[in-house]
Amino acid sequence: MAFRRLLLLGALAVVLAGCSVIGIPDSPLNSLDPEGPFAQRIDSLFWPVFWVATAIFVLVEGAVLVAALLFRDRPGRKEPRQIHGNNKLEILWTVIPAVILAGVAVPTVRGIIDLTTCGAGAYPVEIIGHQWWFEYRYPEDNVETATVLVIPAGREVCATMTSADVLHNYWVPQLNGKRYLVPGQETTLRLQADEPGDYRGQCAEFCGLAHSLMRADVRALSEDDFAAWIESQQRPAAEPAEGTPAAAGLEVFVNRCTQCHTIDPVNIVPADAFNGPNLTHFMNRGWIAGGALVYTPENLERWLANPPEVKPGSFMPDLGLTQEEIDALIAYVETLQ
Amino acid sequence: MTTTEPITTTIFRRPKSETGFWSWITTVDHKKIGIMYGYTAFIFFLIGGLEALLLRIHLASAESEFLTAADYNGLFTTHGLTMIFLVVMPMSAAFMNYLLPLMIGARDVAFPRLNALSYWIFLFGGIFLYSGLLFSAIVPPLGNEGVPGNLDPGDARSFGALPDGGWFLYQPNAGGAFSPSNAIDFAVLGLQILGIASLLSAVNFIVTFFNLRAKGMRLLRVPVFIWMTLVVAFLLLFSLPIIAIALFMVTFDRQFGTLFFDATAGGDPILWQHLFWLFGHPEVYILILPAMGIVSEIIPVFSRKPLFGYAAVVFAGAGIAFLGFGVWAHHMFASGISTVAQVGFGLTTITIAIPTGVKIFNWVGTLWLGKIRLATPMLFALGFLTMFTIGGLSGVTHAVVPSDWQQTDTYYVVAHFHYVLFGGAIFGIFGGLYYWFPKFSGRMLNERLGKIHFWLWMLGFNLTFAPMHWLGLQGMIRRTWRYDPSLEFWNRLVTLGAFIIAVGLLFFMWNFYVSKRRGTPAGMDPWDARTLEWSIPNPTPAFNFAEVPVVHSLDEWWHEKYEEDKAGRPVRRDGAEATIERLHEINTNPPHPIHLPNPSYFPIVMAAGLPLIAYGIIFHVSLLGKALIVAGTLLSLAALIGWGSEPLEEAHVEPAHT
Repeated sequence: MAFRRLLLLGALAVVLAGCSVIGIPDSPLNSLDPEGPFAQRIDSLFWPVFWVATAIFVLVEGAVLVAALLFRDRPGRKEPRQIHGNNKLEILWTVIPAVILAGVAVPTVRGIIDLTTCGAGAYPVEIIGHQWWFEYRYPEDNVETATVLVIPAGREVCATMTSADVLHNYWVPQLNGKRYLVPGQETTLRLQADEPGDYRGQCAEFCGLAHSLMRADVRALSEDDFAAWIESQQRPAAEPAEGTPAAAGLEVFVNRCTQCHTIDPVNIVPADAFNGPNLTHFMNRGWIAGGALVYTPENLERWLANPPEVKPGSFMPDLGLTQEEIDALIAYVETLQ
Repeated sequence: MTTTEPITTTIFRRPKSETGFWSWITTVDHKKIGIMYGYTAFIFFLIGGLEALLLRIHLASAESEFLTAADYNGLFTTHGLTMIFLVVMPMSAAFMNYLLPLMIGARDVAFPRLNALSYWIFLFGGIFLYSGLLFSAIVPPLGNEGVPGNLDPGDARSFGALPDGGWFLYQPNAGGAFSPSNAIDFAVLGLQILGIASLLSAVNFIVTFFNLRAKGMRLLRVPVFIWMTLVVAFLLLFSLPIIAIALFMVTFDRQFGTLFFDATAGGDPILWQHLFWLFGHPEVYILILPAMGIVSEIIPVFSRKPLFGYAAVVFAGAGIAFLGFGVWAHHMFASGISTVAQVGFGLTTITIAIPTGVKIFNWVGTLWLGKIRLATPMLFALGFLTMFTIGGLSGVTHAVVPSDWQQTDTYYVVAHFHYVLFGGAIFGIFGGLYYWFPKFSGRMLNERLGKIHFWLWMLGFNLTFAPMHWLGLQGMIRRTWRYDPSLEFWNRLVTLGAFIIAVGLLFFMWNFYVSKRRGTPAGMDPWDARTLEWSIPNPTPAFNFAEVPVVHSLDEWWHEKYEEDKAGRPVRRDGAEATIERLHEINTNPPHPIHLPNPSYFPIVMAAGLPLIAYGIIFHVSLLGKALIVAGTLLSLAALIGWGSEPLEEAHVEPAHT
């Protein structure tokens, strides 16, 4: 009786679990939802192999189960014949998997070759990994930004990548697989989104304390929007009118922040110096601290008050800013469109 | 029986205790050493498991504050190091030590004192690795004054400094500039020490295999577990020097300002990955092949059939090991290695599925038409077979290189290798524990508790690791302290599974504790087994075999008990009971004295020098550090001299045989 009740409870749990599973939305990093040709190509490689593997899984596990049920020692069961092996079978189950695997190998090799080299006419960007944010440069258009990579939709983007410190790994699952960013070396990654939209990305190689907070998001814009965006990024920041809170913020920035952060035309941190993100168009990103926090004035206040509290290990120290300084900085930063 | 008169020839008094504390400290008996390996590894298993539970509690919610990021990084690093180097390897070593001489009909391994030295080095290496918790301190980075910011990983820790660079110690993150705390050094030098232990065992086992097999045990009459021991010993012999060199390079980078892996000075962080995985992939087979050997022993016994395709299983094992040296860069498909390298390593990785498949099919072939007893050892062996198959198949999806670009560094990989190393290696090892428990205790483990353990593990294991496939495909990266809230449901399921595994383990511990004291006496051959270790009483007598067996066939012990009728079915030999009776008698009361290797103090003393040297290297800047290096070296050297002056067996007056 108790057993039956337990069974009922178990069944109920399974049904409930089933219901809640159906209700779970896909993660924004879902790698099974390709949105560009490269991710699509990988997807079309994964599924056939998955189904072949599933077939073998069913075969082997089925055979074990059947054997355990059918050949179980029961009263009256005769001693088994002592079979030592069968050479024909050995050859068969060596050759058949080999043939299946050769079938897997051919599209694999073609996939590797097709996916590793950028196409001619791809739009070039440079990605530099930092602990813990990504820096983006657009050499053709002389633009420098961070945290969110903005790309033209429907066009291949060829990313040339390196790292300023440790290994990082650029991964936007809906657009392509992963590629490391290696200090002292250059790696390339092809990215293409078919449609305009936001694509979530993430640093995938363990890179220290704030690894899990290091986003690699991509925003794809239509051809026109992208051209307009480039133009907006090429403009220097406007100087705030004297006497406004923003002007006070600029002064705080000049006094406290220019060792690491660049705002064109206020200052330039040399590229080979220790760098924080370029803040010239900060408000365009929607994120603070390499993606650790979404932008709201409250979040920015939290961040400025004590960065390592928000992002473990943050290289931006607690500067001991006063509340007035923080308010002024926020007022200034909000002008950096 | 006359007692022999030992003639003492050494300067120091030799240890005499045959029971109690000192007998264990000074033992050179492969069985006692095997048991010590087993218990030590089990304690580390509890530590590594506890670390896993802490990680899982943290990951039960997406925005958890249960652990700080620093603690989280430390725990996943030590969880990996512990389970690989302090659990699966030494658990396998426990079986190899205990069983290698017994299964080939030998009195001990070829170098009994070297065997003891291996164990003590392993124990001290393991303790050293964890001693960073007590001794680590923040030291200034070498030659990186230019890096500003908050580099102090001692911030926000609650566990003291555990090594936190990942078990793979990727450079430059685990180098001096980015991990200035010497916590990492405890991992680097700890692994170096553990490597020495494994290397010594490898040499010992290889020599034992080739020289001490009983008369008539030709190569293709050697039990599969012993074959896998040999293959693993060769894997260790060839792969450990690579990691030893790589670890020396890291030690020099971190301690003495060399720049092997420092890109800013022209060093190469990818070189570390090549060296690490050139060791690290063979290491995977070092972990799994012993378990494959164990199930190759269990499945035939509980199917009452010989292993199907014995030679194929042996050669497939050797083939896997050989290919295992040619696939290392599949851990690096996303690292930007050249297209040609990706194609090449993709193809070799695909190839390795073939011998693995051969093994699986032969195990199924052994079951087929058998007479299957689902006793606990067999359940675990079948657990191995079914779970390892899943791990193997997900491995094939990694060989599809572009697909691996998506899956690498995600929980999909975590799922894959836990199916191989937990579903495979650990299930195999526990099958072995249930199977050979009577061998060393003389009693049986309780079947009922064993079955509860097994089913809790099957449930808990799959609940823990199956959803991880999905989590990985949904983009949950590895080694992440935070994750997307949409993945919380699956993570809670995983955490629940982890606790079910823990409960299952409690059942095992209870079973072990009770059965060791009050379990059913096992008798001589409780499973009606096939191999030589069951031809002697349980627990094994100190001298193993009073009469060294002569081997006439594969599965020698089975054929002493059974002959085949015309249909090829086994029929108990008429003399079987008499044979068993006789073997029991001569092994209980040996008709003549048997000389065993004498115990020795020197292995443990010699091993004790190594961690002292390692501490010295870490603190070499201070006078204390330099003194420790000298002291450790002198201690080991002194032990070496003592060892050399002490014969393995004291000369004895041979009594006249009457």
